[in-house]
Amino acid sequence: MTTMAERTHTTASASEPASSTRTLSFSKAINEGLRAAMRHDDKVMLMGEDIGPLGGVFRVTDGLQAEFGEQRVVDTPLAESGIVGTAIGLAMRGYRPVCEIQFDGFVFPAFNQITTQLSKIHNRTRGAVQMPVVIRIPYGGGIGGVEHHGESPEALFAHTAGLRVVSPSSPQDAYTMIQEAIASPDPVLFFEPKSRYWGKGPVDLEAPVGTDTLNTAQVIRQGTDVTLVAYGPSVTTAVKTAEALAEEGRSAEVLDLRAISPIDTAAVVASVRKTGRCVVIHEAPVFFGAGAEIAARVTEECFYALEAPVLRVGGFHTPYPVAKHEHEYLPSVDRVLDAVDRAFAH
Amino acid sequence: MTTTNGSNEAIPTLQLLDPQGNRVTTRGTKGYRDRAAALTAEDLRGMYRDMVLTRRFDDEATSLQRQGELALFAPARGQEAAQVGSAHALRPQDYVFPSYREHGVLHVRGLDPVDRLRFFRGSDHGGWNPTEHNTSVYTIVIGAHTLHATGYAMGVQRDGTPHDKNDGTAVITYFGDGATSQGDVNEAMIYAAVNDAPVVFFLQNNQWAISEPTSRQTKIPLYKRGEAFGLPSLRVDGNDVLAVYAATQEALERARTGQGPSFIEAFTYRMGAHTTSDDPTRYRTSEQEEQWRRRDPIDRLAALLRAEGALDADFDAEIKAEGDELGAQLRDGVRALDGGSAVASTFDDVYATPHGVVAAERAWYEAYEAGDPPASQYAIADSAQGGAR
Repeated sequence: MTTMAERTHTTASASEPASSTRTLSFSKAINEGLRAAMRHDDKVMLMGEDIGPLGGVFRVTDGLQAEFGEQRVVDTPLAESGIVGTAIGLAMRGYRPVCEIQFDGFVFPAFNQITTQLSKIHNRTRGAVQMPVVIRIPYGGGIGGVEHHGESPEALFAHTAGLRVVSPSSPQDAYTMIQEAIASPDPVLFFEPKSRYWGKGPVDLEAPVGTDTLNTAQVIRQGTDVTLVAYGPSVTTAVKTAEALAEEGRSAEVLDLRAISPIDTAAVVASVRKTGRCVVIHEAPVFFGAGAEIAARVTEECFYALEAPVLRVGGFHTPYPVAKHEHEYLPSVDRVLDAVDRAFAH
Repeated sequence: MTTTNGSNEAIPTLQLLDPQGNRVTTRGTKGYRDRAAALTAEDLRGMYRDMVLTRRFDDEATSLQRQGELALFAPARGQEAAQVGSAHALRPQDYVFPSYREHGVLHVRGLDPVDRLRFFRGSDHGGWNPTEHNTSVYTIVIGAHTLHATGYAMGVQRDGTPHDKNDGTAVITYFGDGATSQGDVNEAMIYAAVNDAPVVFFLQNNQWAISEPTSRQTKIPLYKRGEAFGLPSLRVDGNDVLAVYAATQEALERARTGQGPSFIEAFTYRMGAHTTSDDPTRYRTSEQEEQWRRRDPIDRLAALLRAEGALDADFDAEIKAEGDELGAQLRDGVRALDGGSAVASTFDDVYATPHGVVAAERAWYEAYEAGDPPASQYAIADSAQGGAR
């Protein structure tokens, strides 16, 4: 496994734009990634509620049923366990289903199928049956949603062996990672930061697929004084924090995990051994969250390099708050700056 | 035949063979009688052999559990007609999704008998390769596999397999009366119905979900659940191998010819315990058990075969010898199952592609077992933790 220190920058913005590069919104980038995967392999099919003529409530599947037909873009009954359970059977027959769960809070009717079946069938059959199923879940807050429309349940899935859990942070990664998730023979929980759906960025539509984005973190911004570890919607927060810190004369490195199962421990460790400080940011509650796992790993592997304890900024151990107050709950630049200040106070 | 389900309401139930082993001629059942009549004496003897061997498998496995050789066993005693009769209607290209008690089905599908006990030995979470006999491994979370069966059938549809009563492909899933209360089973019937998926829902109503009688699961006869979802649904005498065979064959042909899903309730009785850990004396009467012993599915078919001159002492001796051979094979084979190396058994096949967390934990554990664990549990090369700054 290469470490981050050895890896080169691969973000689209880091190189000259290719002629195949377009400016796309995050949601359109996933749409194009799905289209590319479906053109590449006719076993790829989409399943979910309202994903056909409507194109999904976030329009991520817009136009795909018109292009690929009702057999490959399936409007399912309103039953999430059924979506995942039938996707498992389709995978057994050789298909590669991509399931859309309409909102984060609606994944729980399918929780049993995901954690006791999807995650275990490859192991149960000693590798005879693979489960190339992707479950797309729009997640996270910040869009003024009602109850169950702003949650971040990713840690619940990372705690189950057999699943891969990833979350892209940019349109380019969204485009590439959805294709790599579909190509994976393992089940992938694909968490899409819904607050970023409308944000635009460059996407190289001919970017190579097979770049191991499901296993590797990526340094978004180089720095020397503190490592900000984030994924999904929190990467933007981390970058903004790093920009604010730069004005104060502090140099922050931003590491986008991309995956929380597995965690690219080597990348995190390499960065923190360099900077000596680590702040982990995610929207999910910090209590038993991904940040706790990262803090433990960093503490064990960077103990003598650390200038301060690993700190976490994230949600509280409360139900996701009402829309009127969600911006106080979500990890903001100010709260991350506060954590960085505390790290420097040691 | 009609039975009652605790109420006074008579429930229409297909029966072609009465408990005394006489062929039954009831108005409206000609189609089913024709299917049963197409079975030759040799076919019936084959069913009988499979039912007797299924019971022998049960007895041997129960003994092995009592000797401490199996962690657990779930006997199928009493359900041999439901299982063997339905499995005889299957074709090799059909796909089976069992729950965990379908020893008769697995026997007919040709699975190795020792493999069928790997799960109960505690040496495997599955035990066989599903692709070799088009038969999935056991699913322990009740009812979850009925959705897999439905999805598999949706895949069969997309493959464009021929609509033909012989060459078409059907899917069958087995589940019990308790499972009918699970959301997944109800969702599976919805998905199957709206997609016209070629799947047969085969309910073995053995009347007991561990200790809970069917009255704790339903107010109506369970075949009506299928009807309510728009599935052609039929209740059959589950201890009548002819009725089970005929009804299943009809439903499978419906699936193979593109006519969608069906639901069969085989009304039977779990003569034994739920598993070797269960104690039925705490929740049901010996009178009820005795009443069902008199309806034993194997005795019923034996009576028919004798009456039709198809069962003699030689054939009985042949099956007995085959059963003895099966018993010896099970005793030797099960004792030899040790689950392989702990590391391989635990860490292999968690993922199909390398996963950093599993790889690091495996490497660390192997080194620990070898007496030389590295400082890092996370496969970080330099374990000096960055050194003092």
